[in-house]
Amino acid sequence: MPVVTLQGAVVTSAGYPLLAGVDLVVEPRTLTVATGPNGAGKTSLLRLLGGLVGLGGGRAVVCGVDLAGGDRRTLRRRVGWLGHEGSFYDELSVRENLTFAARALGRPLAAIDPALERVGLATRHETAARRLSAGQRRRLGLAWLLVRRAELWLLDEPYASLDDEGRDFLDALLADVVAAGATVLLSAHDPLRSATLAPRTLRLAGGRVVGDVPGSPA
Amino acid sequence: MIATALLVAGKDLRIEARSRVLLWQVLPFGVVALVLAGIALGPTRAGNSNAGPGLFYLVALFVTLLAVNRSIQIEGESGTRSSVATLGLDPAGVFLGKALALAVELWAMGAVLLAGSVLLLHAALTGTLEAAPSVAVTLGALAAAGSLYGALGAGAGAATLLPAISFPGFVPLLIAGERAYHSALTGGALWQWWVISLVALAAYVALGVLLYGVLEESW
Repeated sequence: MPVVTLQGAVVTSAGYPLLAGVDLVVEPRTLTVATGPNGAGKTSLLRLLGGLVGLGGGRAVVCGVDLAGGDRRTLRRRVGWLGHEGSFYDELSVRENLTFAARALGRPLAAIDPALERVGLATRHETAARRLSAGQRRRLGLAWLLVRRAELWLLDEPYASLDDEGRDFLDALLADVVAAGATVLLSAHDPLRSATLAPRTLRLAGGRVVGDVPGSPA
Repeated sequence: MIATALLVAGKDLRIEARSRVLLWQVLPFGVVALVLAGIALGPTRAGNSNAGPGLFYLVALFVTLLAVNRSIQIEGESGTRSSVATLGLDPAGVFLGKALALAVELWAMGAVLLAGSVLLLHAALTGTLEAAPSVAVTLGALAAAGSLYGALGAGAGAATLLPAISFPGFVPLLIAGERAYHSALTGGALWQWWVISLVALAAYVALGVLLYGVLEESW
Protein backbone atom coordinates (compact mmCIF):
# COMPACT_ATOMS: atom_id res chain seq x y z
CA MET A 1 0.00 0.00 0.00
CA PRO A 2 1.49 3.38 -1.00
CA VAL A 3 2.46 5.81 1.75
CA VAL A 4 1.37 8.73 -0.43
CA THR A 5 -1.37 8.85 -3.05
CA LEU A 6 -2.17 12.22 -4.62
CA GLN A 7 -4.66 12.66 -7.43
CA GLY A 8 -5.04 16.17 -8.79
CA ALA A 9 -4.03 17.59 -5.41
CA VAL A 10 -4.49 21.33 -5.11
CA VAL A 11 -3.20 23.66 -2.40
CA THR A 12 -4.02 27.35 -2.46
CA SER A 13 -2.99 30.35 -0.42
CA ALA A 14 -5.08 33.52 -0.59
CA GLY A 15 -6.56 32.24 -3.85
CA TYR A 16 -3.16 31.61 -5.43
CA PRO A 17 -2.46 27.96 -6.36
CA LEU A 18 0.70 26.65 -4.71
CA LEU A 19 0.00 23.16 -6.01
CA ALA A 20 -2.09 23.03 -9.17
CA GLY A 21 -3.10 19.40 -9.56
CA VAL A 22 -0.34 17.04 -8.45
CA ASP A 23 -0.54 13.32 -9.18
CA LEU A 24 1.92 11.27 -7.16
CA VAL A 25 2.28 7.80 -5.67
CA VAL A 26 5.09 7.06 -3.22
CA GLU A 27 5.77 3.53 -2.09
CA PRO A 28 7.01 2.73 1.42
CA ARG A 29 10.73 2.45 2.21
CA THR A 30 11.71 4.74 -0.64
CA LEU A 31 13.63 7.97 -0.96
CA THR A 32 12.16 10.65 -3.20
CA VAL A 33 13.64 14.06 -4.00
CA ALA A 34 11.42 16.91 -5.16
CA THR A 35 13.45 19.39 -7.18
CA GLY A 36 12.65 22.63 -8.93
CA PRO A 37 13.22 26.35 -8.84
CA ASN A 38 11.96 28.69 -6.13
CA GLY A 39 8.17 28.81 -6.14
CA ALA A 40 7.82 25.47 -7.92
CA GLY A 41 5.77 24.05 -5.05
CA LYS A 42 8.36 21.83 -3.33
CA THR A 43 7.73 23.09 0.19
CA SER A 44 3.97 23.22 -0.38
CA LEU A 45 4.06 19.57 -1.44
CA LEU A 46 5.92 18.60 1.72
CA ARG A 47 3.61 20.68 3.91
CA LEU A 48 0.56 19.03 2.33
CA LEU A 49 2.01 15.60 3.00
CA GLY A 50 2.69 16.61 6.61
CA GLY A 51 -0.88 17.79 7.18
CA LEU A 52 0.44 21.31 7.75
CA VAL A 53 -1.74 22.87 5.04
CA GLY A 54 -5.22 21.93 3.95
CA LEU A 55 -6.10 20.16 0.73
CA GLY A 56 -7.83 22.64 -1.58
CA GLY A 57 -8.99 20.11 -4.15
CA GLY A 58 -8.37 16.67 -5.56
CA ARG A 59 -7.59 13.64 -3.45
CA ALA A 60 -4.78 12.96 -1.02
CA VAL A 61 -4.19 9.92 1.17
CA VAL A 62 -1.04 9.98 3.33
CA CYS A 63 -0.12 7.19 5.75
CA GLY A 64 -3.67 5.91 5.35
CA VAL A 65 -5.24 9.26 6.34
CA ASP A 66 -7.57 10.80 3.76
CA LEU A 67 -6.76 14.52 3.84
CA ALA A 68 -10.06 15.43 2.20
CA GLY A 69 -12.05 14.44 5.26
CA GLY A 70 -9.65 12.98 7.81
CA ASP A 71 -8.14 14.55 10.87
CA ARG A 72 -4.86 16.20 9.89
CA ARG A 73 -3.71 15.99 13.52
CA THR A 74 -3.81 12.21 13.27
CA LEU A 75 -1.50 12.38 10.26
CA ARG A 76 0.87 14.86 11.90
CA ARG A 77 1.78 12.46 14.68
CA ARG A 78 2.97 9.99 12.06
CA VAL A 79 5.24 12.26 10.05
CA GLY A 80 8.46 14.02 10.92
CA TRP A 81 9.12 17.51 9.61
CA LEU A 82 12.48 19.21 9.29
CA GLY A 83 12.33 22.75 7.95
CA HIS A 84 15.34 24.44 6.47
CA GLU A 85 15.42 26.92 9.36
CA GLY A 86 15.56 24.26 12.05
CA SER A 87 12.77 22.81 14.09
CA PHE A 88 13.22 23.39 17.77
CA TYR A 89 13.32 25.84 20.65
CA ASP A 90 16.46 27.95 20.52
CA GLU A 91 16.67 28.63 24.26
CA LEU A 92 16.46 24.98 25.24
CA SER A 93 19.46 22.70 25.19
CA VAL A 94 19.89 19.93 22.67
CA ARG A 95 18.77 17.33 25.22
CA GLU A 96 15.82 19.43 26.47
CA ASN A 97 14.52 19.79 22.91
CA LEU A 98 14.67 16.06 22.37
CA THR A 99 13.11 15.37 25.77
CA PHE A 100 10.20 17.67 24.90
CA ALA A 101 9.60 15.85 21.60
CA ALA A 102 9.89 12.42 23.23
CA ARG A 103 7.47 13.29 26.02
CA ALA A 104 4.99 14.86 23.60
CA LEU A 105 4.89 11.66 21.56
CA GLY A 106 5.11 9.24 24.46
CA ARG A 107 8.48 7.96 23.25
CA PRO A 108 10.95 6.58 25.80
CA LEU A 109 13.63 9.00 26.93
CA ALA A 110 16.12 6.18 26.42
CA ALA A 111 15.82 6.85 22.67
CA ILE A 112 17.58 10.20 23.09
CA ASP A 113 21.17 9.11 23.72
CA PRO A 114 21.36 6.75 20.71
CA ALA A 115 19.94 9.52 18.52
CA LEU A 116 22.54 11.99 19.80
CA GLU A 117 25.29 9.47 19.14
CA ARG A 118 23.98 8.81 15.65
CA VAL A 119 24.00 12.48 14.64
CA GLY A 120 27.28 13.27 16.39
CA LEU A 121 25.89 15.64 19.02
CA ALA A 122 26.52 13.50 22.11
CA THR A 123 29.17 15.91 23.39
CA ARG A 124 26.95 18.96 22.77
CA HIS A 125 23.84 17.71 24.55
CA GLU A 126 23.87 20.50 27.13
CA THR A 127 24.42 23.24 24.54
CA ALA A 128 21.56 25.65 23.84
CA ALA A 129 20.20 25.14 20.33
CA ARG A 130 20.85 28.78 19.47
CA ARG A 131 24.58 28.24 20.03
CA LEU A 132 24.82 25.48 17.43
CA SER A 133 26.22 26.04 13.95
CA ALA A 134 23.93 25.68 10.93
CA GLY A 135 25.17 22.15 10.32
CA GLN A 136 24.76 21.18 13.96
CA ARG A 137 21.24 22.61 13.97
CA ARG A 138 20.45 20.38 11.02
CA ARG A 139 21.83 17.42 12.97
CA LEU A 140 19.65 18.32 15.96
CA GLY A 141 16.62 18.36 13.66
CA LEU A 142 17.57 14.90 12.42
CA ALA A 143 18.01 13.65 15.98
CA TRP A 144 14.50 14.98 16.71
CA LEU A 145 13.23 12.81 13.82
CA LEU A 146 15.20 9.78 15.01
CA VAL A 147 13.68 10.08 18.47
CA ARG A 148 10.24 10.36 16.90
CA ARG A 149 10.65 7.26 14.71
CA ALA A 150 8.33 8.84 12.16
CA GLU A 151 6.89 6.71 9.36
CA LEU A 152 7.29 9.48 6.82
CA TRP A 153 10.21 11.91 6.91
CA LEU A 154 9.64 15.25 5.23
CA LEU A 155 12.83 17.27 4.88
CA ASP A 156 12.75 20.76 3.40
CA GLU A 157 16.11 21.59 1.79
CA PRO A 158 18.09 19.39 4.21
CA TYR A 159 21.31 19.68 2.20
CA ALA A 160 21.34 23.47 2.26
CA SER A 161 24.40 24.94 4.03
CA LEU A 162 25.96 21.51 4.67
CA ASP A 163 29.63 20.93 3.93
CA ASP A 164 30.89 17.76 2.21
CA GLU A 165 31.15 15.89 5.50
CA GLY A 166 27.65 16.93 6.42
CA ARG A 167 26.29 15.82 3.05
CA ASP A 168 27.97 12.42 3.38
CA PHE A 169 26.59 12.08 6.90
CA LEU A 170 23.07 12.90 5.70
CA ASP A 171 23.37 10.47 2.78
CA ALA A 172 24.32 7.67 5.16
CA LEU A 173 21.58 8.53 7.64
CA LEU A 174 18.88 8.62 4.97
CA ALA A 175 20.04 5.28 3.58
CA ASP A 176 19.81 3.82 7.09
CA VAL A 177 16.33 5.14 7.88
CA VAL A 178 14.96 3.94 4.54
CA ALA A 179 16.51 0.52 5.18
CA ALA A 180 14.89 0.57 8.63
CA GLY A 181 11.45 1.01 7.07
CA ALA A 182 10.81 4.76 6.88
CA THR A 183 9.81 6.63 3.77
CA VAL A 184 11.65 9.87 2.99
CA LEU A 185 10.66 12.81 0.83
CA LEU A 186 12.96 15.78 0.64
CA SER A 187 13.20 18.94 -1.38
CA ALA A 188 16.28 20.31 -3.12
CA HIS A 189 16.93 22.89 -5.79
CA ASP A 190 18.85 20.41 -7.91
CA PRO A 191 18.98 16.60 -8.23
CA LEU A 192 21.17 14.95 -5.60
CA ARG A 193 24.76 14.25 -6.54
CA SER A 194 25.34 11.44 -4.08
CA ALA A 195 27.79 8.56 -4.28
CA THR A 196 25.57 6.36 -2.12
CA LEU A 197 21.99 7.35 -2.90
CA ALA A 198 20.11 7.05 -6.17
CA PRO A 199 16.68 8.36 -5.27
CA ARG A 200 13.60 8.86 -7.35
CA THR A 201 13.68 12.45 -8.53
CA LEU A 202 10.61 14.56 -9.18
CA ARG A 203 10.81 17.85 -10.99
CA LEU A 204 8.22 20.44 -10.05
CA ALA A 205 7.35 23.64 -11.88
CA GLY A 206 4.37 25.92 -11.44
CA GLY A 207 2.85 23.71 -8.77
CA ARG A 208 2.85 20.57 -10.94
CA VAL A 209 5.06 17.52 -11.33
CA VAL A 210 6.65 17.94 -14.77
CA GLY A 211 9.29 15.24 -14.52
CA ASP A 212 9.66 11.91 -12.70
CA VAL A 213 12.91 9.95 -12.90
CA PRO A 214 12.76 6.63 -11.06
CA GLY A 215 15.46 5.73 -8.60
CA SER A 216 18.02 3.06 -9.29
CA PRO A 217 20.44 1.01 -7.20
CA ALA A 218 23.47 3.07 -6.25
CA MET B 1 -4.77 17.14 28.30
CA ILE B 2 -3.28 17.75 31.75
CA ALA B 3 -0.03 15.98 30.82
CA THR B 4 0.24 18.15 27.70
CA ALA B 5 -0.51 21.27 29.75
CA LEU B 6 2.26 20.48 32.24
CA LEU B 7 4.69 19.65 29.43
CA VAL B 8 4.00 22.93 27.61
CA ALA B 9 4.01 25.02 30.80
CA GLY B 10 7.31 23.49 31.88
CA LYS B 11 8.81 24.19 28.47
CA ASP B 12 7.66 27.83 28.42
CA LEU B 13 8.89 28.48 31.97
CA ARG B 14 12.23 26.82 31.22
CA ILE B 15 12.64 29.00 28.14
CA GLU B 16 11.89 32.10 30.20
CA ALA B 17 14.33 31.00 32.88
CA ARG B 18 17.02 30.75 30.18
CA SER B 19 16.22 33.85 28.16
CA ARG B 20 15.16 36.08 31.08
CA VAL B 21 13.35 38.35 28.66
CA LEU B 22 10.58 39.03 31.15
CA LEU B 23 13.00 39.51 34.04
CA TRP B 24 15.38 41.92 32.34
CA GLN B 25 13.15 43.63 29.79
CA VAL B 26 9.46 43.46 30.70
CA LEU B 27 9.64 43.76 34.49
CA PRO B 28 11.99 46.78 34.47
CA PHE B 29 9.59 48.44 32.05
CA GLY B 30 6.77 47.86 34.54
CA VAL B 31 8.80 49.25 37.42
CA VAL B 32 9.78 52.32 35.42
CA ALA B 33 6.11 52.85 34.54
CA LEU B 34 5.25 52.71 38.25
CA VAL B 35 8.03 55.19 39.06
CA LEU B 36 6.70 57.56 36.41
CA ALA B 37 3.18 57.12 37.78
CA GLY B 38 4.46 57.95 41.27
CA ILE B 39 6.17 61.07 39.96
CA ALA B 40 3.00 62.07 38.09
CA LEU B 41 0.92 61.75 41.24
CA GLY B 42 3.42 63.83 43.15
CA PRO B 43 4.18 63.80 46.86
CA THR B 44 0.98 65.59 47.80
CA ARG B 45 -1.12 62.84 46.26
CA ALA B 46 0.94 60.04 47.72
CA GLY B 47 -1.28 57.42 49.28
CA ASN B 48 -4.18 58.33 47.07
CA SER B 49 -6.29 55.19 47.15
CA ASN B 50 -8.33 56.24 44.13
CA ALA B 51 -5.49 56.44 41.63
CA GLY B 52 -3.14 53.74 42.97
CA PRO B 53 -5.14 50.61 42.01
CA GLY B 54 -5.90 52.01 38.56
CA LEU B 55 -2.25 52.80 37.91
CA PHE B 56 -1.24 49.36 39.15
CA TYR B 57 -3.59 47.68 36.68
CA LEU B 58 -2.57 50.01 33.86
CA VAL B 59 1.01 48.86 34.35
CA ALA B 60 -0.18 45.25 34.74
CA LEU B 61 -1.96 45.60 31.37
CA PHE B 62 1.23 46.78 29.64
CA VAL B 63 3.22 43.97 31.21
CA THR B 64 0.56 41.41 30.25
CA LEU B 65 0.57 42.52 26.60
CA LEU B 66 4.35 42.20 26.42
CA ALA B 67 4.32 38.82 28.17
CA VAL B 68 1.61 37.49 25.83
CA ASN B 69 3.60 38.59 22.79
CA ARG B 70 6.65 36.84 24.21
CA SER B 71 4.62 33.68 24.82
CA ILE B 72 3.48 33.65 21.18
CA GLN B 73 6.92 34.59 19.86
CA ILE B 74 8.43 31.48 21.47
CA GLU B 75 6.35 29.26 19.21
CA GLY B 76 7.20 31.18 16.07
CA GLU B 77 10.99 30.99 16.26
CA SER B 78 13.07 29.27 13.60
CA GLY B 79 10.32 27.34 11.92
CA THR B 80 9.55 25.65 15.22
CA ARG B 81 5.81 25.86 14.74
CA SER B 82 5.63 23.39 11.85
CA SER B 83 7.79 20.87 13.62
CA VAL B 84 5.88 21.14 16.88
CA ALA B 85 2.61 20.89 14.95
CA THR B 86 3.70 17.45 13.80
CA LEU B 87 3.90 16.38 17.44
CA GLY B 88 0.11 16.40 17.36
CA LEU B 89 -0.24 17.92 20.83
CA ASP B 90 -3.76 18.27 22.19
CA PRO B 91 -4.64 21.94 21.54
CA ALA B 92 -6.65 22.21 24.76
CA GLY B 93 -3.58 21.06 26.67
CA VAL B 94 -1.37 23.49 24.77
CA PHE B 95 -3.71 26.35 25.69
CA LEU B 96 -3.82 25.36 29.35
CA GLY B 97 -0.04 24.99 29.44
CA LYS B 98 0.66 28.34 27.84
CA ALA B 99 -1.95 30.06 30.04
CA LEU B 100 -0.50 28.42 33.16
CA ALA B 101 3.05 29.47 32.30
CA LEU B 102 1.87 32.99 31.54
CA ALA B 103 -0.05 33.11 34.83
CA VAL B 104 3.04 32.06 36.79
CA GLU B 105 5.06 34.76 35.06
CA LEU B 106 2.38 37.40 35.70
CA TRP B 107 2.07 36.36 39.34
CA ALA B 108 5.81 36.78 39.84
CA MET B 109 5.84 40.17 38.13
CA GLY B 110 2.59 41.14 39.88
CA ALA B 111 4.21 40.53 43.28
CA VAL B 112 7.01 42.94 42.39
CA LEU B 113 4.57 45.50 41.02
CA LEU B 114 2.41 45.27 44.16
CA ALA B 115 5.50 45.95 46.26
CA GLY B 116 6.19 48.84 43.90
CA SER B 117 2.69 50.16 44.49
CA VAL B 118 3.34 50.26 48.22
CA LEU B 119 6.76 51.88 47.84
CA LEU B 120 6.17 54.19 44.89
CA LEU B 121 2.43 54.93 44.97
CA HIS B 122 2.21 54.74 48.77
CA ALA B 123 -0.66 52.27 48.70
CA ALA B 124 -1.41 50.99 52.22
CA LEU B 125 0.45 47.76 52.96
CA THR B 126 -2.43 46.06 54.78
CA GLY B 127 -4.93 46.88 52.03
CA THR B 128 -2.47 45.72 49.39
CA LEU B 129 -1.95 42.42 51.19
CA GLU B 130 -5.71 42.03 51.46
CA ALA B 131 -6.02 42.69 47.73
CA ALA B 132 -3.24 40.25 46.77
CA PRO B 133 -5.51 37.19 46.29
CA SER B 134 -7.87 39.15 44.05
CA VAL B 135 -4.87 40.42 42.08
CA ALA B 136 -3.74 36.81 41.63
CA VAL B 137 -7.15 35.79 40.29
CA THR B 138 -7.31 38.80 37.97
CA LEU B 139 -3.82 38.16 36.62
CA GLY B 140 -4.76 34.50 36.10
CA ALA B 141 -7.79 35.59 34.10
CA LEU B 142 -5.61 38.00 32.09
CA ALA B 143 -3.24 35.11 31.38
CA ALA B 144 -6.07 32.91 30.10
CA ALA B 145 -7.59 35.70 28.04
CA GLY B 146 -4.17 36.80 26.80
CA SER B 147 -3.29 33.30 25.62
CA LEU B 148 -6.54 33.15 23.68
CA TYR B 149 -6.22 36.61 22.14
CA GLY B 150 -2.52 36.04 21.49
CA ALA B 151 -3.34 33.02 19.33
CA LEU B 152 -6.04 35.06 17.60
CA GLY B 153 -3.56 37.86 16.84
CA ALA B 154 -0.94 35.39 15.62
CA GLY B 155 -3.54 33.81 13.34
CA ALA B 156 -4.30 37.22 11.90
CA GLY B 157 -0.60 37.53 11.17
CA ALA B 158 -0.02 40.63 13.25
CA ALA B 159 1.07 40.51 16.87
CA THR B 160 0.68 44.29 16.93
CA LEU B 161 -3.08 43.70 16.74
CA LEU B 162 -3.01 42.23 20.23
CA PRO B 163 -3.76 45.44 22.18
CA ALA B 164 -6.70 46.25 19.92
CA ILE B 165 -8.31 42.83 19.80
CA SER B 166 -7.76 42.03 23.46
CA PHE B 167 -8.99 45.36 24.78
CA PRO B 168 -12.73 44.48 24.93
CA GLY B 169 -11.92 41.23 26.71
CA PHE B 170 -9.44 42.75 29.13
CA VAL B 171 -11.56 45.72 30.20
CA PRO B 172 -14.00 43.85 32.48
CA LEU B 173 -11.09 42.06 34.12
CA LEU B 174 -9.19 45.26 34.71
CA ILE B 175 -12.23 47.06 36.09
CA ALA B 176 -13.06 44.19 38.44
CA GLY B 177 -9.44 43.95 39.58
CA GLU B 178 -9.14 47.68 40.12
CA ARG B 179 -12.40 47.81 42.08
CA ALA B 180 -11.32 44.90 44.28
CA TYR B 181 -7.95 46.54 45.03
CA HIS B 182 -9.68 49.86 45.66
CA SER B 183 -12.17 48.22 48.01
CA ALA B 184 -9.34 46.56 49.91
CA LEU B 185 -7.62 49.93 50.37
CA THR B 186 -10.80 51.72 51.42
CA GLY B 187 -12.34 48.97 53.53
CA GLY B 188 -15.18 48.22 51.10
CA ALA B 189 -16.61 44.84 50.14
CA LEU B 190 -14.52 42.81 47.73
CA TRP B 191 -16.64 39.76 47.10
CA GLN B 192 -18.66 41.00 44.11
CA TRP B 193 -15.47 41.90 42.26
CA TRP B 194 -14.01 38.54 43.13
CA VAL B 195 -17.04 36.86 41.56
CA ILE B 196 -16.57 38.79 38.31
CA SER B 197 -12.88 37.87 38.13
CA LEU B 198 -13.54 34.21 38.93
CA VAL B 199 -16.35 33.94 36.38
CA ALA B 200 -14.13 35.60 33.76
CA LEU B 201 -11.29 33.24 34.58
CA ALA B 202 -13.56 30.21 34.22
CA ALA B 203 -15.08 31.57 31.00
CA TYR B 204 -11.73 32.25 29.35
CA VAL B 205 -10.35 28.86 30.36
CA ALA B 206 -13.44 27.17 28.89
CA LEU B 207 -13.24 29.26 25.71
CA GLY B 208 -9.56 28.53 25.33
CA VAL B 209 -10.04 24.78 25.77
CA LEU B 210 -12.79 24.82 23.14
CA LEU B 211 -11.35 27.26 20.60
CA TYR B 212 -7.56 27.07 20.80
CA GLY B 213 -7.39 24.26 18.26
CA VAL B 214 -9.28 26.33 15.70
CA LEU B 215 -7.08 29.38 16.34
CA GLU B 216 -3.93 27.28 16.20
CA GLU B 217 -4.88 25.99 12.75
CA SER B 218 -5.12 29.53 11.39
CA TRP B 219 -1.85 30.58 13.07
